[in-house]
Amino acid sequence: MASGKRAEFDNKVVGWIDERLPVFTLMQKEYGVFPTPRNFNYFWNFGAIAMTMLILMIVTGIVLAMHYTPHTGEAFNSVERIMRDVNWGWMIRYMHMNGASFFFIAVYIHICRGMYYGSYKKPRELLWILGVLIFLLMMATAFMGYVLPWGQMSYWGATVITGFFSAIPVIGEDIQTWLLGGFTVDNATLNRFFSLHYLLPFLIVGVVFLHIWALHVSGSNNPTGIEPQSNKDPLPFHPFYTTKDTFGLLVFLLFYVAITFWAPNVLGHPDNYIEANPMVTPAHIVPEWYFLPFYAILRAVTFGVNIYVAAGIGLMALAMLPVYCAQTAFKVPVIYNDKDKKNFNWNKFFVLFGLGGAIFMLGFLCQYELADGSKALALPFGQLIFATAKLGGVLAMFGSIALLFVLPWLDTHPVKSANFRPMFKIALLVLLVDFIVLGLVGMKPAAGLWIPLGQIATAYYMSFFLIILPFLNKFEKALPVPKSINEAVLAKKKAK
Amino acid sequence: MSAKAAKTHDDGGTRRDFLYLSAGAFGAVGVGSFAWPFLQSLAPAADTRALATVEVDLSPIEVGQAITVVWQGKPVFIRHRTEKEIEGARKTDVATLRDKESDEDRVIKPEWLVMVGICTHLGCVPLGQKKSDPKGDFHGWFCPCHGSHYDESGRIRKGPAPKNLTVPTYSFITDTSIRIG
Ligand code: HEM
Ligand code: FES
Repeated sequence: MASGKRAEFDNKVVGWIDERLPVFTLMQKEYGVFPTPRNFNYFWNFGAIAMTMLILMIVTGIVLAMHYTPHTGEAFNSVERIMRDVNWGWMIRYMHMNGASFFFIAVYIHICRGMYYGSYKKPRELLWILGVLIFLLMMATAFMGYVLPWGQMSYWGATVITGFFSAIPVIGEDIQTWLLGGFTVDNATLNRFFSLHYLLPFLIVGVVFLHIWALHVSGSNNPTGIEPQSNKDPLPFHPFYTTKDTFGLLVFLLFYVAITFWAPNVLGHPDNYIEANPMVTPAHIVPEWYFLPFYAILRAVTFGVNIYVAAGIGLMALAMLPVYCAQTAFKVPVIYNDKDKKNFNWNKFFVLFGLGGAIFMLGFLCQYELADGSKALALPFGQLIFATAKLGGVLAMFGSIALLFVLPWLDTHPVKSANFRPMFKIALLVLLVDFIVLGLVGMKPAAGLWIPLGQIATAYYMSFFLIILPFLNKFEKALPVPKSINEAVLAKKKAK
Repeated sequence: MSAKAAKTHDDGGTRRDFLYLSAGAFGAVGVGSFAWPFLQSLAPAADTRALATVEVDLSPIEVGQAITVVWQGKPVFIRHRTEKEIEGARKTDVATLRDKESDEDRVIKPEWLVMVGICTHLGCVPLGQKKSDPKGDFHGWFCPCHGSHYDESGRIRKGPAPKNLTVPTYSFITDTSIRIG
């Protein structure tokens, strides 16, 4: 790391230490003079905010762990004791509880920022992947943390989520038993979740370190999406961004503190103040709000994979193949892609894709249940299911996160920032609305119109990544991009 | 490897490859056998496994009543079925079912229906044990989580669950008591 030129320090003690272990040189280089694009907007605050929330979670968590008892007989009461008897316990627990929510708010905004400004593109692919990994670890941590207070939602949430594993064919049930350490969610489960809930945040710290290391290799992206070219483009991190980050952080914390003190339970579920009862399921199980969109995707798959569903998906993928391969040397052995890949034959595409869609719908209708429990359509082999709806839902849910991992290779359009990509911008903003709709669907019981709504929203989510992005790579014409960051900043100033 | 080949110098690569491969293989076996006890420690412990059977006295359960007992930490539904329920379960055409099982295959004595009270969808406890509970469209059990309907035999009839409610292994110790597990 800071093995190159060392900085000079006036303070003798600092100088002495730095000569032997150049931590001060490192800080100076990475956070003092570190060149940072001069045109950041407030969306660039959320990395620092997320980092602060992580530290806050660890501090409050360690103190909570000093009062908490990971045993099915005691857990619920020990949390109630924290709330009533431990000095300031109520505050520390509410900080931890709402801290998780605000951590997710910060990270969601941070991810949206990255998507809008194309921060996942070359040379930041690995930086992005590490970010998605952090998100995944956070979800695991929060899920296990939510089990600890051993309320009804803790218990039944854990039952439903670990039940996903039983969807795996043949060995699923054994895996589930192994994960739980018993035949149901019980003391063994609670204990291991506590152990892992303590461990994972420190793993997150490790991945955050790699994330920031990668960031300091490539440098930050910025609202124009063009890389700095001359020394007119960046500013030293300190004092410009230390100040801006601190200001943004304080505003964010204001909201966090307001919720924590005035409405500490609005984001939670009242059923979690009832102790876990393995014999009684609450009427309506909902996960924490930050999981709702993914929960909706899980439940959107109400049908298994029969030959029609499989053939339909296969045909649609075949139609998309030339689009996927547009930027590669690979010659798609499908009739309608001419050699120089210029003339895209829309008619043939629509026929093939439409046919795939129609066959998919037939497979869906074969499994669509009418009010009397019979099926909407009877076709030969329609009831022959290769993968159950349960497995399909689990795959769709994990797939929706997996798509984030491969985003850098799905969107290969050369222009990064959505500001210069009008079509991408619309598609992305629709995705944002779509994600919120999924969240609403996840909150409601799976009944009535919420089911088709969740299915349509899931279809859009998947299509954004697998259909829209590849098409935009091929067809979207970007607006003129400014020559440099400096020029963009000056032009904006003039316009005012 | 022939003695002649072993003497030539450019054969060193093969020997080295062999050493790498065998060292790697031993290493992998070593890591595996080190990891095994740790992975096994996560599986159900002896005391958890020891709770694997439970005995239930059926004599206090009246016709038309049901009780829930705990076995391996799971709720087990025991229902003393009425004539009407047995008849309803038996006249259903098995071929039309999602998980094709006849009522005869799901009970030892027709009046006693014993099954694990965990929805085969994602593991909620279905309603239908109490008189006041909703019993779904098929006079059995109804899972409120995502709306699975089970019939008088605990077979899935409607909703997202893929399978019938599981019948645990059990046997009659006397005419009016059973051992589950
Ligand atoms: C990534 C950081 C973390 C996240 C997202 C997180 C999330 C959560 C959540 C959602 C809960 C349930 C809150 C409730 O409803 O009561 C919880 C509880 C808990 N967490 Fe964390 N946590 C994090 C870090 C930590 C750390 C580092 C520790 C300990 C060293 C810890 C210890 C605890 C304890 C003891 C509880 C149970 C008490 C309670 O429910 O308030 N947490 N955590
Ligand atoms: S768990 Fe019973 S219907 Fe989903």
